[in-house]
Amino acid sequence: MAADLFYFFVFPGLLFSAVIGAFLSWFDRKITARVQFRKGPPLLQPFYDFFKLLLVKETILPKQGSPVIFLLAPVFAVFGATMSAVFILLPLFNITTGFKGDLIVIFYLLTIPSFSYVIGSLASGNPLAAVGGSREMKLILSYESTFLLVIAGVIFKASQYFDLNSIITIQHNSSPFIGSFSGIILFIVGIFCIQAKLGMVPFDMSEAETEITEGTFIEYSGAPYALIKLTKYIMLFILPAFITGLLLNGFVLKGINILWAVLKILGIVLLLTLIRNTNPRLKIKQAVNFFLVWMNLLAITAIVLAYFGF
Amino acid sequence: MGFKSFCFKKSLWVFHFGGASCNNCDIEILDCLTPRYDLERFGILLVGSVRHADVLLVNGSINMRDKERLIEIYNQAPKPILVVAIGACGCTGGIFAEGNTFAGPVDKIIPVNAYIPGCPPKPEAIIAGIVKLVKSV
Repeated sequence: MAADLFYFFVFPGLLFSAVIGAFLSWFDRKITARVQFRKGPPLLQPFYDFFKLLLVKETILPKQGSPVIFLLAPVFAVFGATMSAVFILLPLFNITTGFKGDLIVIFYLLTIPSFSYVIGSLASGNPLAAVGGSREMKLILSYESTFLLVIAGVIFKASQYFDLNSIITIQHNSSPFIGSFSGIILFIVGIFCIQAKLGMVPFDMSEAETEITEGTFIEYSGAPYALIKLTKYIMLFILPAFITGLLLNGFVLKGINILWAVLKILGIVLLLTLIRNTNPRLKIKQAVNFFLVWMNLLAITAIVLAYFGF
Repeated sequence: MGFKSFCFKKSLWVFHFGGASCNNCDIEILDCLTPRYDLERFGILLVGSVRHADVLLVNGSINMRDKERLIEIYNQAPKPILVVAIGACGCTGGIFAEGNTFAGPVDKIIPVNAYIPGCPPKPEAIIAGIVKLVKSV
């Protein structure tokens, strides 16, 4: 029991993933600034933002709509992100959780933050938030099937093992899955799914700043918005870590390999940031089309290639 | 200086309210966020919703119609909020001070923490004003 609480609140869970995620969020903003020939924010900027929102700012409740659900939605989002952080990071750090089929649990837990955003935005009673919420829902419907196909492809390549721990062990014993054609295709599709899950720029139509003024989060202020920021930090760490575990051999925490583990995460975040900085925002129709037609097609191609052993 | 006010100083998010402006001040405010001046290195961001704002930038002359909206936006902002009046029109009314539709300079409508005069103020002047505002918090 004590060990479970420790897992949840401190080591792979809330505290650890939030701190790492905050540094990754700084990395993302710094790279964005360097791409635009700016200097960028200082290293501790995400922490200043978080503590300012949590401690200093007033929380305003919406007059119309449901205040209880409005306040509970960010808590659920943090809970979902933390639970998936525990389930993803324990196998990555070679701590056996000892249950089979955790990939499916991780898949469901990873959708909780997006669903909480939708619930919170619809509970706020703001028309722009409703627009954002409906777009987020359409986006979830389009990218989740693709993400499931990516996971299915990885399971297929790992000779039908359903838990992250054995998938990583299989990659350690032979070679990482990205070293094959189907692995490369699955990686590309996975990166786009992560981009949409994080709500980064080609797929940020649900929180479009200039168009519907932050959409889903328009009514949040103070501590609930701090929790949403926390969720975003955690998600920015665990989704690249998940892809690393699925396709890039996971982490080996011995000697020089720690550097490789750090570089893998930084490399994936760098890729996400560069995609974000070189693309305009898509319309929701284009995004649904992109995932439901093209990305699904690529993922199915990868599964067929994996079947023939490429 | 406490931890709270330190964090507040380090991350001021800005919401921009343009009254009946001639757009020169708007352009100069946007200039502060461009690569040459880059206010993000001080943690200053432009946000889209007033619920996330810490600083309310008001520029342009405030006429009868803008007045209600300015009060509405000020009431919707989460406190503590700092208000900065930018440009001659925001500070005093400028050439519109005796106009028919003019509803008073910003500080007659809502409390103002800092004034940055100029028509329009240079980006350097805006940064100097923001620095003085941060020191006064």
